This record gives sequence, C-alpha cells and structure tokens, in this order.
Amino acid sequence: MTTAATTVEEGTDSPYALSHLDALESEAVHIFREVAGEFEKPVILFSGGKDSIVMLHLALKAFAPAPVPFALLHVDTGHNFPEVLDYRDRTVTEHGLRLHVASVQDYLDRGVLKERPDGTRNPLQTVPLTDTIREQGFDAVFGGGRRDEEKARAKERVFSLRDEFSQWDPRRQRPELWNLYNGRHAPGEHVRVFPLSNWTELDVWQYIARENIELPEIYYAHEREVFQRGGMWLTAGEWGGPKDGETVEKRLVRYRTVGDMSCTGAVDSDADTIEKVITEIAASRLTERGATRADDKLSEAAMEDRKREGYF
Amino acid sequence: MSTITTEELSATTLLRFATAGSVDDGKSTLVGRLLHDSKSVLADQLEAVERASASRGQDAPDLALLTDGLRAEREQGITIDVAYRYFATPRRRFILADTPGHVQYTRNMVTGASTAELTVILVDARNGVVEQTRRHAAIAALLRVPHVVLAVNKMDLAGYQEPVFAAIAEEFTAYATELGVPEVTAIPISALVGDNVVDPSAHMDWYGGPTVLEHLETVPVSHDLTRCHARLPVQYVIRPQSTEHPDYRGYAGQIAAGTFRVGDEITVLPSGRSTTITGIDLLGKPVDVAWTPQSVTLLLADDIDISRGDLIVPAKDAPATTQDLEATVCHVADEPLRVGHRVLLKHGTRTVKAIVKDIPSRLTLDDLSLHPHPGRLSANDIGRVTLRTAEPLPADTYADSRRTGSFILIDPNDGTTLTAGMVGESFASPDPVDDQADDDGWDF
Repeated sequence: MTTAATTVEEGTDSPYALSHLDALESEAVHIFREVAGEFEKPVILFSGGKDSIVMLHLALKAFAPAPVPFALLHVDTGHNFPEVLDYRDRTVTEHGLRLHVASVQDYLDRGVLKERPDGTRNPLQTVPLTDTIREQGFDAVFGGGRRDEEKARAKERVFSLRDEFSQWDPRRQRPELWNLYNGRHAPGEHVRVFPLSNWTELDVWQYIARENIELPEIYYAHEREVFQRGGMWLTAGEWGGPKDGETVEKRLVRYRTVGDMSCTGAVDSDADTIEKVITEIAASRLTERGATRADDKLSEAAMEDRKREGYF
Repeated sequence: MSTITTEELSATTLLRFATAGSVDDGKSTLVGRLLHDSKSVLADQLEAVERASASRGQDAPDLALLTDGLRAEREQGITIDVAYRYFATPRRRFILADTPGHVQYTRNMVTGASTAELTVILVDARNGVVEQTRRHAAIAALLRVPHVVLAVNKMDLAGYQEPVFAAIAEEFTAYATELGVPEVTAIPISALVGDNVVDPSAHMDWYGGPTVLEHLETVPVSHDLTRCHARLPVQYVIRPQSTEHPDYRGYAGQIAAGTFRVGDEITVLPSGRSTTITGIDLLGKPVDVAWTPQSVTLLLADDIDISRGDLIVPAKDAPATTQDLEATVCHVADEPLRVGHRVLLKHGTRTVKAIVKDIPSRLTLDDLSLHPHPGRLSANDIGRVTLRTAEPLPADTYADSRRTGSFILIDPNDGTTLTAGMVGESFASPDPVDDQADDDGWDF
C-alpha cells in the first residue's frame, strides 16, 4: 500500500513491460485476428497512404505464414498521385492480393455524382465506397483512421457499427469494454474497424522506420511544381490547378498525408530520409490534417458530418 | 524535441489511464494543462479552440473544447462520450480515456477504467470528498484499476494549506483502502495555475512528492507476470496449406495473462486435452518465451482439435470450467436487464448463449448499500447477477485476471452491448488474511 505523497522510484518497469510500439502492434494484430474470426467478408481500405500501408503490414504479420485473408478496396478519386497508384499496384502483385477499385470518375462520367465547384473530390468518395460495400457484401471494413487525427475521430470506437446506409450515429455507439469487441450486426449493416485507433502520427512513422516499410516517394522531400491555394502548396495538374492568378513554382516539398490531389497540400520540407521526417514531425507545431487537408478546414464539424454520411 | 533520436522515442513504454471528476472539479483544465504543458496541443488545435472560445465571448481559451469533439457536445457544453487523447513525453507514451463526470454516465467511467492501469480522480480542495468522489473510487475499485491518483485541485483557492490537503487525502485513502484499492497517491495541485501538474509548485514547500506528470511517467506499467496464471484465448487458427508450409498449424491469439514458454505442458479448455508447446512465433520472430499482452502464434506437439474460442492454459494451472457464473455487472444499455433475459455472453474469444438466472442485489455506489432483488438493472446500474451458460466456460475471477475474468452480455436480437461483467466478488478484501488475497494477485 502506497499512501499519500509517495515517490515512485525511477526505472521500475519490469522486463515484461512492452515498448509502446510493441504494445500498439500487438493490439492492432489482435483486432485483425478478431475480425478474421468473427466476420464473413472483411476488406481493407487501401489508399496507398502511409496509414493504410501500415495496416496492410500489420495484417501480413498477423496471419503469416498464411496469406492475408482479406481483399483490398481502393476508392479512386481519379485525382491520385501517379506515384501512389504505382505503389498500390506493385504491392498488390508482390503479396498476391485481390484489389477492388471504386471509381469516383466512373460515377461522374455516368452523371450519378457531380463535380463540386471547388474541384475537391474527397467528399465524393462516400457514395462509391458505400455502394461497393453493399454490392460486394463486405461486412467488416478496415480503415486507417486514428483517434488523434481529428476530434470527431477521438470518440470513434475500434468496432464502429454502420447502418445499411453506412451512416455513423455517435449517440448509438456501443461501449467498448476491455478488449471484448462486439461485431454483431444485422444483415445489410457492416462494421468499420480501426486497428490504428490508438496510434499517433509519430507512432506510425516510428513504426515505419522500425519495420523498414517502403512508402511512396512523395512522402519524402523532393522538388515539385506547386502553386499556393488556401495557404497550402498544391500540385499543378489536370484536376484543376492552377487557376488565373495562381503562379506555379518549383519548391522542395513533401506530403504528410496522401489523398485526393485537389485537396491534399504539400509542406515545405528538406526531410528526405525517414529519420529526418521523424525529427520534423516531433518538432511540428501543426497537426497533419491542419497542415495539409483543405476538406477539414471547411467547418468545426466537417469530419463529423462526413463520418455520419459514411466517410471513412 | 529535435535533439531526441528515433531510438529514444521508440524505447518508451505505454500507459493507459483514465480521469474522473465531478462537474466543475477542473478535470478539463487538468487534461488541457497536461496536453498543453507537455506540448501535445499543436498550434492549429489551439487556434481553433481560441477562435471558438472568443466566438462565445470567453476571454481565455476553454481547454475543454480540445476534448469535446461532437457538435452536440459543443452546443450543449457537455461531454457525452469517452474521448481518447494521446500525448507523449520523452519517457512515456500516454493514452488518456477522458470520461465525463455526470452521474448518468457511469457506463463511460466503467468503459474508460476497463483498460486503464491508472485512474486520476479529481476533487475540489474546497469541497473535499463528495458523493461523486466516492462513486469514482468505487468504480476504480470494482474495475480493479491498479493505481489510483487523488488530485486535490484548486489548492490556490484553499490558501495552499497543508492541513486541507492532508485531511482530504486521509479521508479518501481510508475509503479507497476499505474498497480494496491497492495503491493511492494523493497530489495537491492547481490545474488552473499549473501547480504540481507538470512542474513542481512554488507555493507548497510542504509537499515533497511527485507532480501528476512525474507520477504518470514513473508508475510501473507491468507487474511480475511470472506469478500470474498464463492464459491464451485462441482467436484464429493459421493454416497456410502452401507448398512452402504444407503442415503448418498455428494457434493465434493475444496472451491475456502471464507467460508461456517453449516446452510448457498446456491444456486446451473446455476440451481438457493436453500437449506441449513446441514453438512460439512472435509476429514472424521465433521466441522461447512470450508474455501478456503480446500477440503470438503457438505451435503444439500434437495435432489436437483446437478452434477459435478455446482457451490455452498451463496443464498445472487450469481454471475450473463452469456453466454457472456469479458476477458483478455494470448495465450499459438503455433497455434494462431482467431476470430471465436470454443473452449472448462474450468471454475472451468465445461467445455462448446465456440466461440471467437471478439479480440478487443492486449496489448504490454512493454509500455501497445493497438493494436485494431489484428484479432488473437499468442503464448505469451496478449489481450482482447469476448467469447460466449453454456451454461450460473456463472463467477466472476478475480479481485474478482482468482479461479472463471479464465478459460482456450482448442482445441476441439487435447486437446491442448490454452489460459489462466481472466474475467473482465485487471488491477486493481490504485486509488480506492470506497470501492468495494479497495485491500480488492483481493482474492486467
């Protein structure tokens, strides 16, 4: 019994204490295996961004030496970075995976969706995503969302029930006790599963460094033709930039997040190795979404609104 | 920060903790200060909070807005749900389950405490130990959170007087000890001014203990596991059936308690068949020994029938299997739990049918009084329950093992999580009479 005002000795962690990366890895693997054990047809959302790459790496470790028992699903906005598509295709081939692609461009061409005035396609991903989930009958959908990303995500469950319209109701969430996840769902409903819930951006980078995971090269500093819009550096390209009055210049940049080219900004950076990236993030005074995502600057509840409608 | 190397950052351990406090005890301010003073709040988050505070006519940034993420919470100025916050110091990574203090949200506190290794309970130095404080202490005791911190807040408004702190600390420690809480650390603080939160106070020379953050950084996160019962709930059977691995058959799971070694004699429950561990695969790396909470794959000498839901235990330390469970439960669903209720029970990786045979009592957390035969338990009620399961379960008592002594009840019709359950007695004995009941048996 320790009573008031007792100092705990330093270095009291027993040899059994795990490093924080080992603890997070073990938790994520447990989540993958729970889903494999309890669901009929799970799928991993794979954007080619660092979080989905780490998810896939964890899934590979969770089931080795057997193959990953899930397919991948990519929601293709049509404004993808070519480096990322190339990475996606190489990864699928290397690990013998099955890839489903839900195409926003396809929906635009068919007139089901309309281009937004600001040219941003991120919010347009929701309909192709939810249609594919329904058509394919996926009952568990792994997403790389992290609770540290955004405050609406801070209240997300690891197992997050979605109704038949893929909607999220924060007031109807199930309490999650111990590590006893409840994956019960009615036919037509599905569960979004977030194995990286408890990871931070820094954890993800430290893990990438430790596991020596390859990333698309745009995550590291490189020279790029960019122009400024809304305080962010956007890549010039066919998707709609630059417009009148916006001038293109060559800068040394890297991407902290990888999404739709129209709303994902690069940051000025000379971090061309993983060690430099980690140092840069540890010293950063901005969150990754605050620094690089136009879609989250729309309103205080922008993420909550998109999540309610079925966004990742 | 830039002087910290990648290796130093990776070497830290992880502490999961929860906070609880009554409304206006300054919990949000404490959390805000921990995040702010440990430089975990980034500039754009702070700017957003400043903008929102200013638009409501508040002078200073309201740090509660950092954690209140949902629109309804901001509109109503309340916290609805458990919010998870993340911060790090060079010594440790923290996962904070920030739980609201309203009476009706007992279930949120139970949820936050279920995975916590430490709970910070706040009291206002001017009010001392109040009804809410006793509820929070009781929940920490029920959930067997190994470390409890009593943060006596607003010491600046109590003249920084030692007798005020000492009286509250003594009253709380006596109460918590009676409930079987194994460790209480009381710290006098002012979250608003910053006394003893991150930096030591210049106003309380009489206090020689750690600040809140120093304590969080140094409290042990792992006990001596060699004395715990080893338990591995099987999640998944890995069978590649490939030309490279034609005969590989591994039993994958996260070790719930204790340690397993190559060569250990094990028994599989509920079948009771025994064999030997021939290999442990730690996510691609063969190891001789593995321990909780590592996720592993076990390779066994004999090809016995094992599937998801089974529990692997040491042959010489197997729990009894039973179809009759006595447990303390916290009801978390809006629909009440009734005698005769048919439910699903998830224990480890096994889900079985069960029926609520009896609800012998409901517990009032304020004064720990028992109300016999309430007939039902409503949302946020805590009570004793007896259950009959359709299949035998190898359940430990929650006092022995937080992971294999806990379960949830699920509504078989709509899948709602109904109830959080803990097998065995509600509270630890405050005065252990033998070694078995000592706090060494606490396991997480």
